Amino acid sequence: MTAFLKLLFRNRLAALGAVVLSAVLILVLLTPVLPLQNPDITATADRFQKPFTEGHLLGTDHLGRDLLSRLLHGTRLSLAVGIAAALIAATIGSAIGIVAGYFGGRADNIIMRGVDMLMAFPYILLALVIVAALGPGLMNALIAVAAVNVPFFARNIRGITVGLAGREFIDAARLAGMGHIRIILTELLPNVLPVIIIAMSTTVGWMILETAGLSFLGLGSQPPQADLGSMLGEARSALISHPHTSVVPGIMIFLIVMSINLLGDGVRDALDPRLRSGALSRPRAMTLVERKGEVPAPTDDLLAIQDLQTQFHVGDRVYRAVGGVSLSVKAGECLGVIGESGSGKSVTALSVMGLVASPPGVITGGAVRFQGEDLIGASYESLRQKRGDRVAYIFQDPLSTLHPLYRVGRQLSEAIQSHHDIPTAETQARAVQLLRDVRIPNAEARVDNYPHELSGGMRQRVGIAMALANEPDVIIADEPTTALDVTVQAQILSLLDDLQRERGLAIIFITHDFGVVAQLCDRIAVMYAGRIVEEGPTPSVLEAPAHPYTKRLIACVPELGGGQRALAAIPGLPPLVDDLPPGCAFASRCEKAQETCRTGEVMLKGDASRAVRCHYPEEAI
Amino acid sequence: MPALKVDNLAKTFALKKPLFGAASTGVRAVRPMSFQVQSGETLGVVGESGCGKSTLARMLVGLLDASEGKIEIEGKALDNADPAKFGKLIQYVFQDPNSSLNPRKTIRQVMEAPLKRLHGMPRSEREARVSQIFASVNLREEFLERYPHEFSGGQAQRIGIARALAANPRIIVLDEPVSALDVSVQAQVLNLLADLKTEFGLTYLFITHDLAVVEAVSDRIMVLYFGSVVEIGDARRIFANPRHPYTKLLAESAPVVGRPLTAPEQKGTELPDPLNPPLGCAFAGRCPNATDLCRTQEPELEPVGEDQLAACHHPIQD
Repeated sequence: MTAFLKLLFRNRLAALGAVVLSAVLILVLLTPVLPLQNPDITATADRFQKPFTEGHLLGTDHLGRDLLSRLLHGTRLSLAVGIAAALIAATIGSAIGIVAGYFGGRADNIIMRGVDMLMAFPYILLALVIVAALGPGLMNALIAVAAVNVPFFARNIRGITVGLAGREFIDAARLAGMGHIRIILTELLPNVLPVIIIAMSTTVGWMILETAGLSFLGLGSQPPQADLGSMLGEARSALISHPHTSVVPGIMIFLIVMSINLLGDGVRDALDPRLRSGALSRPRAMTLVERKGEVPAPTDDLLAIQDLQTQFHVGDRVYRAVGGVSLSVKAGECLGVIGESGSGKSVTALSVMGLVASPPGVITGGAVRFQGEDLIGASYESLRQKRGDRVAYIFQDPLSTLHPLYRVGRQLSEAIQSHHDIPTAETQARAVQLLRDVRIPNAEARVDNYPHELSGGMRQRVGIAMALANEPDVIIADEPTTALDVTVQAQILSLLDDLQRERGLAIIFITHDFGVVAQLCDRIAVMYAGRIVEEGPTPSVLEAPAHPYTKRLIACVPELGGGQRALAAIPGLPPLVDDLPPGCAFASRCEKAQETCRTGEVMLKGDASRAVRCHYPEEAI
Repeated sequence: MPALKVDNLAKTFALKKPLFGAASTGVRAVRPMSFQVQSGETLGVVGESGCGKSTLARMLVGLLDASEGKIEIEGKALDNADPAKFGKLIQYVFQDPNSSLNPRKTIRQVMEAPLKRLHGMPRSEREARVSQIFASVNLREEFLERYPHEFSGGQAQRIGIARALAANPRIIVLDEPVSALDVSVQAQVLNLLADLKTEFGLTYLFITHDLAVVEAVSDRIMVLYFGSVVEIGDARRIFANPRHPYTKLLAESAPVVGRPLTAPEQKGTELPDPLNPPLGCAFAGRCPNATDLCRTQEPELEPVGEDQLAACHHPIQD
């Protein structure tokens, strides 16, 4: 709660809104005990007194009633009606929305079409009709304003509920024997409540305005009872001759609505988890670089990652996703990077071309050299020219990397044209050729398909074709087959293997699957908690793993042909990268760990071809 | 008496009637299938995306109404889909452990729901039972007062398993229970499942797409393709000695350390169009041995060899 308030008040405007609104609220709550004159007593002799006259701080109106007293009583009434209307509208609307969203199907259809019909009327017309039918009066105005706002809540909450009702915890609740009403009340309602509150906080102001509007037209509060709308309505005829009578309630309406809206926006922003994590802020075009220390000297590898350090700065926390990784590939070589989730393998890959989202990502050290040139310090334009042209990526989910609204041929052409000035007719022909290269049958027809018309395997082939479009030197493939079925995976892997051989590509292949690296890669680097723990030629690492982590990780993966058996699990969990232990990150899960493992830094020992980060390796290297 | 008996169970999802013309027959997600699971057995169900394995699982636990066929658990027929009725006999462990826990409920509330709703257990007994179950899935009791977001995937999956156990079912349907977990955690959960099975005398239906995992945990394995059972057989032999060409293709596609990379021989990779299913065997379009018979007549599941059944006109012989 205090964290929420802190977040809320960091937004200056929201804080201002909160202060103004609390002042108004305190004033109207104290109104009955303040020494005010009776707001309804007329004294026509004193009519239209100017503000600051004696006995009438804000002057008097056309019947000589004290404006200050009427203002405070009127505000009290307007706020009460607005808040009551918001509560009623939120309760009824949310109930309708939850029921429609949870049951779906026909119930949803009938309810929502009814709500649509209600929305088809202009709101003020609808409110007028309701008041006309029920007769004027503040209570009826309240009913009208609430009714007019029910559809807003119903539609909002239905949308949220539809998303939640498909979630697995609702199924789980049904399996636990809960009935529909209990599921709605105990499973759905707590999850939609924040949304209801946010929607309410942003609509209360609007409802106060609507009530004032009806009162202004004489359909709300009836004389002599004062509310802000009727005060404005009565003052209208004296607008030119005695402006203060309309300015006073006008300013109050402005203050209330403004402060509620500012506060409501602040509450919404502070509660939205995506805003809190910074996910909705637009990332920079390249990762922020704040390098400390020296930049390593160039090597003669095609692509060399040198002591790379990438961190995520979220609030006060620092997540050391990549803590000093060095890797290199030569032309025609395939390097496998293997690790569990959170080991930093994807962040390493994205750091190469400055694709880690900033904020929160920051590259804090090391270098990435492509043909000797440092990419970390490079300008955006230099990076942009190399992205996709010299170094290309293949991602895990081709459905989210292809644009859903463009034909695949056009996307391939675009990939070429963003680097080379080639006429569209030629790039189209090249697109067909690329699709043939990745063995898509009937490429001439497929080039005009949209991504959703292709199967998962075909889409990933298009993803590979796009990576090949500019004949890059290096391809970085981040779990390219994880989302695919095994029969399709086998084909994609053999395709990548052939392409690599034919074109002398360097591939960095990121995966968590030992079977895949064993078949495809020449060398393997094993990552754990943001660091490389072991590196070497594929057969040597798989047959004689030197790091205890590698050895145990291989042992706990079931292998086809092994039969029914207990698996050698690794106890415990990987450490969190915002709270890494001193010494070896694997020590707490390692049987061989000694005191020395838990204290000092463990260095990577060995040479470039075979290295291990362990004091007590399983195999001598 | 088998723990679970499924007789001609099928599910057809109706499609919207078009504005003009007759309504189509719908998509047959699960074609009529029959199988039995013996008490104490683990039946592995493998298949690729779109083969109907999740639809089958949801029908078995009553989350989905079957279009035809019946489900019998220990001799008792369960015909209408009512999860509360199924709940005491058969439970479900979800693929994504985090999304199967309500983010706004404590673990204790999650754990107590089946005890309260399915068994009507009083508060005092509930507490003891929850502690007992938590001990058997190796979770600390202090976790009970926490909320789901505080747990890692492996811990959340243990909680999901604990919740299924709380209902005290005879059968647990495990729908890809380890696919969302890292390999080191996956092994922990698989071993836990094996221990629980002996401890509580459970019967498992283990659904996955990972051949190595299914082989490591199952007694028998059932291979699904395009909504039908294409092969059932002993877990030790089915991938080494497949009778159906699709099982063979699956086994050859799985990446194995030490096997050179060659794409298995086959024509095309596309599944048949579910809106316009082929006449005969659904696999005929990808099958190297397909004949005219395969393209016209749907094969029946028939015994091949000693204890294997395959739905193929030309099963692979030794």
